[in-house]
Amino acid sequence: MSILDRKIEDTELNRATASLTPDRIEQVINSVLQGETGARLKAYSETCMRCGMCAQACHYCISHDMEPSYSPVGKVEQTMGLILRKHGRLTPDEVYGMAQLAYTECNLCRRCVHYCPIGVDTGYIISTVRRICHKLGVTPMYIQDTAHSHSGTMNQMWVKEDEWVDSLMWQEDEARDEFPGLRIPMDVEGADILYSVIAPEPKFRTQLIYQAAAILNHVGADWTMPSTPGWDNSDMCMFTGDFEMMGRLKRCHFEAAQKLKVRRIVMGECGHAFRSVYDVGNRWLGWKNHPVPVVHSVEYFWELFNEGKIRLTRQFEEPVTIHDPCNIIRGRGLMDKLREVTRHLCKEVVEMSPNREHNFCCAAGGGVINCGPPFKSVRLEGNRIKADQLRDTGVKVVVAPCHNCHGGLEDIIHHYQLGIHTKFLGDLIYELMEKPEPE
Amino acid sequence: MNTFYNFVTGPLAWASFAIFIGGSIYRIWSMIQLAKQKEAAFISYMSLPHALRSILRWLTPFATLGWKENPALTTATFLFHACLFTLVLFTPAHEVLWDYAFGISFPALPQTASDVLTLIVIGACCFFVHRRLTNAQVRYVSTGKDWLALGIATAPFVTGFLASQQFGNGQIMTLLHVLSGEAMLIAIPFTRLSHALFQPLTRAYIASEFGAVRHVQDW
Repeated sequence: MSILDRKIEDTELNRATASLTPDRIEQVINSVLQGETGARLKAYSETCMRCGMCAQACHYCISHDMEPSYSPVGKVEQTMGLILRKHGRLTPDEVYGMAQLAYTECNLCRRCVHYCPIGVDTGYIISTVRRICHKLGVTPMYIQDTAHSHSGTMNQMWVKEDEWVDSLMWQEDEARDEFPGLRIPMDVEGADILYSVIAPEPKFRTQLIYQAAAILNHVGADWTMPSTPGWDNSDMCMFTGDFEMMGRLKRCHFEAAQKLKVRRIVMGECGHAFRSVYDVGNRWLGWKNHPVPVVHSVEYFWELFNEGKIRLTRQFEEPVTIHDPCNIIRGRGLMDKLREVTRHLCKEVVEMSPNREHNFCCAAGGGVINCGPPFKSVRLEGNRIKADQLRDTGVKVVVAPCHNCHGGLEDIIHHYQLGIHTKFLGDLIYELMEKPEPE
Repeated sequence: MNTFYNFVTGPLAWASFAIFIGGSIYRIWSMIQLAKQKEAAFISYMSLPHALRSILRWLTPFATLGWKENPALTTATFLFHACLFTLVLFTPAHEVLWDYAFGISFPALPQTASDVLTLIVIGACCFFVHRRLTNAQVRYVSTGKDWLALGIATAPFVTGFLASQQFGNGQIMTLLHVLSGEAMLIAIPFTRLSHALFQPLTRAYIASEFGAVRHVQDW
């Protein structure tokens, strides 16, 4: 089987590939290969022994009964392998297949690295394929819409500047009923913390901003949010291959913090945004590390618990399991802190197997969920293993400190009828912490 | 025949060693240059302690997730490589050559042990062939280059074993063994066997990323 045997119609992929010619394809591919790739791609392509060990690592492959075209090396063979064999002279149809595979059948989760004796980074290879697709103008419609939104508004969800400020004021207003005196401070120069979120929070999950404000108010944090662009830490351009725009986004995010002279940025419960600031976007901008200290909320909550700043009224009674988001676990080693925080909050934790940095991905990350409805079944069928893992724990609540993971897990839970609820750490802290008596 | 034998074990052997050593140095040097030129930003993340930690871990059988979940392949891979290096150095006939060519003398393996190790290598190669033919994920991605690398790696051991058993015309078999050994030396820098050169580099890089930047294990 090959990717073209399971072609899915996408409006934008159809439109974009229709205008391609083999000459144009060859020219673009070779410009990326010669201009942007180097020793890593050369070493990986020459030394991969085709041992197939990576097949057992990939949730897509396992969930499709080990169908080889879903194995990491099989996916590389159908994309970068094809490019190298044909010296970049692909047909438009092959480019369509390459884009569909790279954007929707690999979450860039890097689990396969744990299986490769050579240390081949499939995530890097598939990211390079996506970069080529971006330069060819061939990206799935829904994720390209988010990339356009980043270009147009500097956030992922077409949130206008006044809508952002209005959302914060609305949440502050709502929260003051429950927490008199609560503020969502905007543009406070010299605050300890700049709290940044991803744009789906004001757009779809505004209650998370409410919860964050409640928690930060509870612990007496000196915090602020920017009223100007830069408040959104998300980065779909990193996943489409639009690295120029990725650089602008990261610069804007850090400049918002620098203008306000904050001591550090605390990021909400999102994984990919964290990858963008410490791994990809920063390097594109030429920064070895990020110019303003950044911590993920898992780490921040861990600090708050260790400093005794969060006062709980009780612990969560029901047993929970923990989902380890790739970008903050395999990507930043927060697995121990995640467990410590969860154990502060919950009486019983039932671990999934495998877990920690050997976790299976939610199949939503890497921009896959952002490719939208046409490819939803790819995620659902490609992650049966996660449904099995969740079901095997026997619990009805999963803690997942990442937006994409929530989206992916909720779809899987619904599709496989698991009857499980997803929770952010913020959901649990807000639910369990001491609150003022109602007046 | 003797002239040809002397040529194969003399000038051709030296040429093979020269191509192997020179080619290997060139390939590693040019790869490092390419990395410096195109990916200097990524070299800056290299971390020697994490690299060594990872390389040692992956050199330990069953110590990594990949090795643990592929027990048959792990056993075959470790036996293949361990026996290969042992045989190259300690086979009685090789020991004579080391002494003759370089004046280096050290204890050699008994002939029987040498034969057993050779059979283990051949057995491992048979396993690799069988796996490449029957494992769906491996067959899907196997190309001529993979078969070539496997053939080149297997030939010296088959011919070596037959030569040690005096199979057929002993001198011809020895000649074939020497020629296939030389082919393997020459092939190392220029085929998939170049993983012998680049694996420490790729491992060191990914280990640095996983260990020093992402604070996790890469196994």
